[in-house]
Amino acid sequence: MSMGSSTVIEPKPATTPVHRRKFIEILLGSGFLATGLAFLYPIVRYLVPPRTLDLGGDSVVAAKTGELKPNSGKIFKFGSRPGLLVRTAAGDYRAMSATCTHLSCTVQYRDDLREVWCACHNGKYNLDGRNISGPPPRPLEAFDVQVRGDEIFVRRRREA
Amino acid sequence: MSLLRNLGAWFNERLDWNSLMAPLRKKTVPRHRLSYWYFLGGITLFLFMIQVVTGILLLLYYRPGANEAFESVQYIMTQVQFGWLLRSIHSWSANLMIFTAMAHMFSVLLLKAYRKPRELTWISGVILLFLVLGFGFSGYLLPWNTLAYFATKVGTEITGQVPIIGKPLMVFLRGGEDVTGATLSRFFGFHVAVLPGLATVLVLVHLLLVQRFGISVPPKVEQEWIVNPNARREMKFFPNFALRELMAWYVALGVLGALAALFPWNLGVKADPFAPAPAGIKPEWYFLFMFQTLKLIPSKIGPIDGEVLGVLAFGLAGLIWLLLPLLESRQPSRPKQWISAFALVALVYMTGMSIYGHLAK
Repeated sequence: MSMGSSTVIEPKPATTPVHRRKFIEILLGSGFLATGLAFLYPIVRYLVPPRTLDLGGDSVVAAKTGELKPNSGKIFKFGSRPGLLVRTAAGDYRAMSATCTHLSCTVQYRDDLREVWCACHNGKYNLDGRNISGPPPRPLEAFDVQVRGDEIFVRRRREA
Repeated sequence: MSLLRNLGAWFNERLDWNSLMAPLRKKTVPRHRLSYWYFLGGITLFLFMIQVVTGILLLLYYRPGANEAFESVQYIMTQVQFGWLLRSIHSWSANLMIFTAMAHMFSVLLLKAYRKPRELTWISGVILLFLVLGFGFSGYLLPWNTLAYFATKVGTEITGQVPIIGKPLMVFLRGGEDVTGATLSRFFGFHVAVLPGLATVLVLVHLLLVQRFGISVPPKVEQEWIVNPNARREMKFFPNFALRELMAWYVALGVLGALAALFPWNLGVKADPFAPAPAGIKPEWYFLFMFQTLKLIPSKIGPIDGEVLGVLAFGLAGLIWLLLPLLESRQPSRPKQWISAFALVALVYMTGMSIYGHLAK
């Protein structure tokens, strides 16, 4: 009879050590995990470069009026990125981003084609910046051009 | 000479050198009509060692930074004695190493050396090839010339095309939104610290695995040997194969020296972030097939940008390539022909597209 009663109680001591071990394991494991994460987080943040403010503003002087002959183009600095100013054969000015929408090479004006051309993958745009042939998926961002005195101002278009 | 022998005995007494070297003495290399392909891996290793030595030498004068890098390479090439030669050897050896690594890979594929139990050897080898391409891509920027600048711009932009993780990855690689001096600093770090560390460990793993499983015999030769056991031949790795390999290295050194001296590597024009990409710009030959493919993909395929699709396709192809032996072992009953066909198609596609890319304007 005594044996029978002892077998009823027995399962408890058999399971508790496992619980304790599991508890220690979880405690240690989560401790190591937390330590690991505490090291990893600053490293990941360190790898992400700080954002630099583009202080180029919305408007720059791209060129002087005498600088460009008709049917020619020029790269100018628009903040930290290049822009393209084109003087058409008719003599008026067009300005757009010079960063190709395909894989961001710098485009140029081709006076023989009278188009904007990207040398990297043979992408072509018209003088409004619209992609007309080759791999570019989107038009170049067009800028507003204003001639004031002898300076040619280029301004980013405001979204309405 | 007795001094040398005594010194050898002294070390042997402590390290038990003889028993350490015993497996190497027992190692044999199968001998058959295709044995020549066994040299390619070793030649790649030799060129890698040349890269380490010349790279360290270039480090003595090279300065990273957008205002200094180009000038310091110019200095190496014009002022430092034999600087032009060392840089030329480093560039040529890099290109030859990529070529021999690829040849080694295709020989392993076509001789079916990647099969069980050598899957891990294949995987470590493909990762090594990716690392080598990473070396090529990061090293290409270091002279900070126009070609390198635009190659890096396009290359990192391609990374940016991958959905979700692409953009953060691109910013991480560039050290900012654009390719600047910060990119150069990062690429320098990858090229001289991160990649060499990883590559050294992986080369050791790769060699240990080769050592563990022995040299694979192509199934066709194996079959012939089973039919006619008297035809089975092998040679000792040491010294018979090692001496032959050494001769191969000597030939490789000769080819490298001749190329480096007769066709010194150009430096080009200093990078200008505000100049248009020059006409006729192309990446290095080993990226040419991808470049040409991306050039031919239309801008839109259905609603998706053609570029994104192209990049994802190449990513998927790379993953399949990496796991190739695992894909085969799942169906052991089927004849293993599709992988050889796949390898041949890949080889023809890569070669064809590279030639097309080279000839196209």
